[in-house]
Amino acid sequence: MRPLTLGRLFLRCGILAIILFIVVVIALKLGAVQVSLYGLGRDLIHVLLGRSNAISTEYGMVVINIRLPRILLGIFVGAALAVAGTSFQALLRNPLADPYVLGVSSGASVGAILALIVENHLALSPAFAGLVTPVGAFLGAALTIGAVYLLGRHNGQIDSSTLLLGGIITASFLQAVINFLMSTVLGGNLRGASYWLMGDLSTPQPRSLLYVLGIGFVIAAGAIYTTAADLNLLLAGEKEAMHLGVDVRRVRIVVYLAASILTGLAVSVSGTIGYVGLLVPHVMRLVFGSDHRMLLPAAALGGAIALVIADTLARTVVAPSELPVGAVTAIVGAPLFIYLLRRRLA
Amino acid sequence: MNTIARSPLASPDRPNANTDVRLSVEQVSYAYSPNPSQAPIFTLEALSFQAKPGEIVAVLGPNASGKSTLLKLISGALQPLSGRIFLNNFVIHSLPTKTRAQRIALVQQESTLIFPSLVWEFVLQGRHPYGRSLRFESESDIIIAKNALAQVGALHLSDRPMDKISGGEKQRVILARALAQQPLLLLLDEPTLHLDIGAQVDLLDNLRRLAAENRYSVVVVTHELNLAGEYADQVVLMQKGKCLRVGSPAAVYQRELLEQVFQAPLSVVIAPSGRPRVTLFSNT
Repeated sequence: MRPLTLGRLFLRCGILAIILFIVVVIALKLGAVQVSLYGLGRDLIHVLLGRSNAISTEYGMVVINIRLPRILLGIFVGAALAVAGTSFQALLRNPLADPYVLGVSSGASVGAILALIVENHLALSPAFAGLVTPVGAFLGAALTIGAVYLLGRHNGQIDSSTLLLGGIITASFLQAVINFLMSTVLGGNLRGASYWLMGDLSTPQPRSLLYVLGIGFVIAAGAIYTTAADLNLLLAGEKEAMHLGVDVRRVRIVVYLAASILTGLAVSVSGTIGYVGLLVPHVMRLVFGSDHRMLLPAAALGGAIALVIADTLARTVVAPSELPVGAVTAIVGAPLFIYLLRRRLA
Repeated sequence: MNTIARSPLASPDRPNANTDVRLSVEQVSYAYSPNPSQAPIFTLEALSFQAKPGEIVAVLGPNASGKSTLLKLISGALQPLSGRIFLNNFVIHSLPTKTRAQRIALVQQESTLIFPSLVWEFVLQGRHPYGRSLRFESESDIIIAKNALAQVGALHLSDRPMDKISGGEKQRVILARALAQQPLLLLLDEPTLHLDIGAQVDLLDNLRRLAAENRYSVVVVTHELNLAGEYADQVVLMQKGKCLRVGSPAAVYQRELLEQVFQAPLSVVIAPSGRPRVTLFSNT
C-alpha cells in the first residue's frame, strides 16, 4: 500500500514541472533565429524582474516577444485539452473519449465562428470583444457534448461504441457546417481560417484573450479537481458511486460544464487540436495510475509538455515554412488511437 | 473495527420505536412502468420484515420474483411507491447520500472497471463517504482498509490489480470495501453467483462471522436454497412480486410451498442442527 499523500503529489508534479521547464527552454532556443543559452537565461531573468526594456539584442526580442507568448499559449491549451480529455473519459466511462474525437472541439469551432459573425454585427466595446469567441466556443462545446451524450445513451445506460460513433458523426456534420460558414459568410482570410481549424498556435492573440484563457483555465480545472475523488468512484459506474456517497448529479454537472469551458477556451485561441486530450491522460495513467487526484494535475502538466513539443516541431521541421500544430498531433496521435482501440478490443 | 463514530443527526424520525430492531421494512411496495401513462409492467406488493443487529436475512426466490427490486429499495436506489424503510429509526430515503453511504454498504454483482485499480485502492474507496471531496486518506482510513482486507482474508492481495485476481478473490475484495464503509447494514446481491462451492461456503462463513463480530444487519439476495437455509436467521420468500413468508428457515422451508415457488419437485429434511436441507429431483 502506497496511498497518495500531499507530499507525493507535489513531488511528482514538481518533477513534471521541471520537465516542462526544460522543454520550454529548448523550445525557446530552437527556431530560425539562433540564441545562446546564456543570452536566453539573461533575457528571461530580465523579463521576470519586469525590466523588459533592458533586453538589448534584437534576438532577445524575437525570443521573448514572439516565441515565449506562443509557448505560454501552448502550455495553457495543452493543459486545458488534457484536463478536458481526462474529465470526459471519466464522465462518459469511455477510455477513448476526448474533445476532438467526440466532436466537442468542432462544436466549439462552430460556436466561435458564429460568435465572430455576431460580433461583427454588434460592435461591442473592446473590453468585451475578447470574451465573445471564448463564450461562443464554450456554448458550442456544451451543446455538442450534450447532444453526443444523448446520442450515446440507450435505456439510461451509455453505450461506449454508440457514443464514439455518435461523436464521430457529429464531428463530421459540424465540419460541414464549418465549411458552409467559411465559404459563405467568412469569405476572405481562408488560409488563416483553415489553419485555425487544423489547430494552430502561430496566430498572435490579444492580451485580454490570454487573461481570459488563464483565469478560465484556473477556475474550470479547479472545479474539476474538487470532484477528483468522486471521479475515481464514478469510473465504476454511477449506481455504485451513489452507494459510496457520491452526489452523482452534482459531479456530472460540474465536470460537464467545466470540461466544456476548457474545450471552448482552447478552441477559441488555437482551433481544433486533436489527440492531446486523448493520449496524454493515457500516458499519465500508465505512469501514475488512475487516481484522479494525481491524474488531473499530471495530465495538465503532461498536456502542456506534449503541446509545447508538438508546436516546436510544427515550426521547425519544415522551416522556414510551418505546419499547423494540429497536423503534428494528428500524425502522432491517430496511429496511437488505433493502437488503443485495438488493444481494447483484444 | 467496531468503533463507529457518527455525525449526530437531529433526531430519529421515529423516536420511541423498539431500539432492538435495526432495519425495519414497513408495508413497502413498488411499481415499475416504462412511462407514467402505462400500466406498470412489474409490481412489488406491500411487504414488511425486520432485522436485528448481527442478524442475516436471506431474500429468496426464483428469477423475476422482485428480490433484487427489494434490495434496491432498501439500498435507497429506488423510491418506494408506498411504505417506509427505517434504519435505526431513520427513514433511509430521507438521509443525504453521504450519510446513507456511511450506514448502508451494498455488494453488487461484480462491476466492470475501465481503468482497473489496485486492490488496496479499491478497498479505500469504502472510506469515501467519510471524507471531504479533496481529503487524502488518513492513517485511520488506511488501518480500517487493512483491517477490512484482513477480515476477509485478502490482505495478501493488497498490491495486485483488480483485473488480475480470481472471481472468488474479487468477491472477497468487494466485501472488504463494504466493510471499510463501517456500515450498520450490509446488503449483498447474489454474492455467490459466479463462485465455485468452496468459495461460496468460504464467503458465507466469513459473512456470518463478520455479522456476529461487527453487529451488522445483513440482507442477502439469493436463489441458493441450501445456502440460505444454512446461513440465514430469517428468510423472506418471494414469488412474482409477492412476499409469501417471513420466518426462520425451518419454518419457511415447507416442501409444498418451495415446490410451488421454484417449480421443481424437491424434498426437505431438517438436519440435527435445526437447519433445513433441500434435495431437488428430476421432473421425469
